[in-house]
Amino acid sequence: MYVAVKGGERAIENAHRLLAHERRGDRDVPEVTLSQISEQLSLGVDRVMTEGSLYDRELAALAIKQARGDMIEAIFLVRAFRATLPRFGSSEPVNTGEMLVRRRISSTFKDIPGGQILGPTFDYTHRLLDPQLAEGFVPDEPATAQAPDVPAPRVTDILGRDGLIEPSPRAEPDAPIGDLTREPLSFPADRDLRLQNLARGDEGFLLALGYSTQRGYGRNHPFAGEIRFGDVEVEFVAEDAGFAVPLGSIELTECQMVNQFKGSATEAPCFTRGYGLAFGQSERKTMSMALVDRALRARELDEEVKSPAQDEEFVMSHSDNVQATGFVEHLKLPHYVDFQSELGLLRKLRQEFAESNQAAEMQEAAE
Amino acid sequence: MGLTGQNSKEAQRKAAMAVLAHASGAEIAGRLADIELPAHETLREPENGLVMLRGRIGGDGAPFNLGEATVSRAAVRLASGEVGFGYTLGRDAQKARMIALCDAMVQSAEFSGEVEAKVIAPLREHLSAERNRKGRETAATRVDFYTMVRGEG
Repeated sequence: MYVAVKGGERAIENAHRLLAHERRGDRDVPEVTLSQISEQLSLGVDRVMTEGSLYDRELAALAIKQARGDMIEAIFLVRAFRATLPRFGSSEPVNTGEMLVRRRISSTFKDIPGGQILGPTFDYTHRLLDPQLAEGFVPDEPATAQAPDVPAPRVTDILGRDGLIEPSPRAEPDAPIGDLTREPLSFPADRDLRLQNLARGDEGFLLALGYSTQRGYGRNHPFAGEIRFGDVEVEFVAEDAGFAVPLGSIELTECQMVNQFKGSATEAPCFTRGYGLAFGQSERKTMSMALVDRALRARELDEEVKSPAQDEEFVMSHSDNVQATGFVEHLKLPHYVDFQSELGLLRKLRQEFAESNQAAEMQEAAE
Repeated sequence: MGLTGQNSKEAQRKAAMAVLAHASGAEIAGRLADIELPAHETLREPENGLVMLRGRIGGDGAPFNLGEATVSRAAVRLASGEVGFGYTLGRDAQKARMIALCDAMVQSAEFSGEVEAKVIAPLREHLSAERNRKGRETAATRVDFYTMVRGEG
């Protein structure tokens, strides 16, 4: 328990004023603009949108600026903002198969229809700090090539044609779609709710859990069947217009993990799947998400649940960094009364301890 | 209007909305400045809100809620009666109002030709040029595998 304490108003006001000053930094250095953050720290913006669970580049950039680059604080700000707007409804499910692909790789098949497209990636860089970038670096214009007019089907669709991989769970018409922003979590949770939870979950937490499955804590032999990043169109059925209106496009990253087989007496063995989807170019996030999604299907696939990544209550209750930081950081708030009662109890226990020791000593002396 | 006529009109409206939603508010305003706007009234004041974006499990399976996006919407009615709706990602409420106005004009026999020629067609061309540019830049990063022949042939 913590109680309201009066008397800190002026200190708080001045602390916030000092924060604003520190956030600005050296005033001789030009102020960073939202478009600079959005354009040049774009992967940070993507992360804040994904975990803030709100697609709006400008707001995410503002949050990063306001939070002085503290990503979890920025995510917190974005989450708080979304509570201020009414919800018009839900979009039609996006079709990642029709993505305007800007990166698309598969580590399972070399020759995939549509090809391996590296796009803008850190992969194959040497991870050496580049002093050129320190100031005034003007990069070359990108190379261009004739864009082939062939579709790039999802790799899982190709495997699916031969029945080598399990199909995605079918949509049940009129089945409700879980929304954890509307109903509190309850367990067991269905896969739709789990994916929503993982999509907004902390990247570091999911990365560690995904890594743990690779190290043997819920091993499921993953391959990156496909990772794709690009623009996807969004449509929304507007009741007033009476049809699905286009809203524009969003950037998404999708990861299809292909995992070890399942089969039974009645079903031929086939690969199983884990799925990751996130706003922007969020590759590490979607890969981790897909690993954890697969691990959380243990119950459904009759696997023994014995590792943290397979325990949905553990994973889903601890994945949200806004909740987590709220509870960890609330320890900073005044707990004076709580602590006083603990202190009182401790003093009493120590006194009892001293008295019983004294009594024992006297007993010994007497014997 | 027959069902087919209605469907083709709806397809035309959707196609126009798709182009407009991809353009910036400033681009649309710049194009609209070139035409004389018909008299119209506001049916729905431009407003900001959220739409929950949905994905599908495995890309093609049952839907799930991915996260929200900011969306703006508006509606207008021309003096001649056509009602237009404007929806777009983002918080630019005036952009939504301009899309609604364009949607109303697309439905009007009197204005559809002009709004197509002076607003939507140039924006479509710009959008398509941008997509082609991105497509060519992306294509240059496609891997062309070749096999090294080792040893004596």
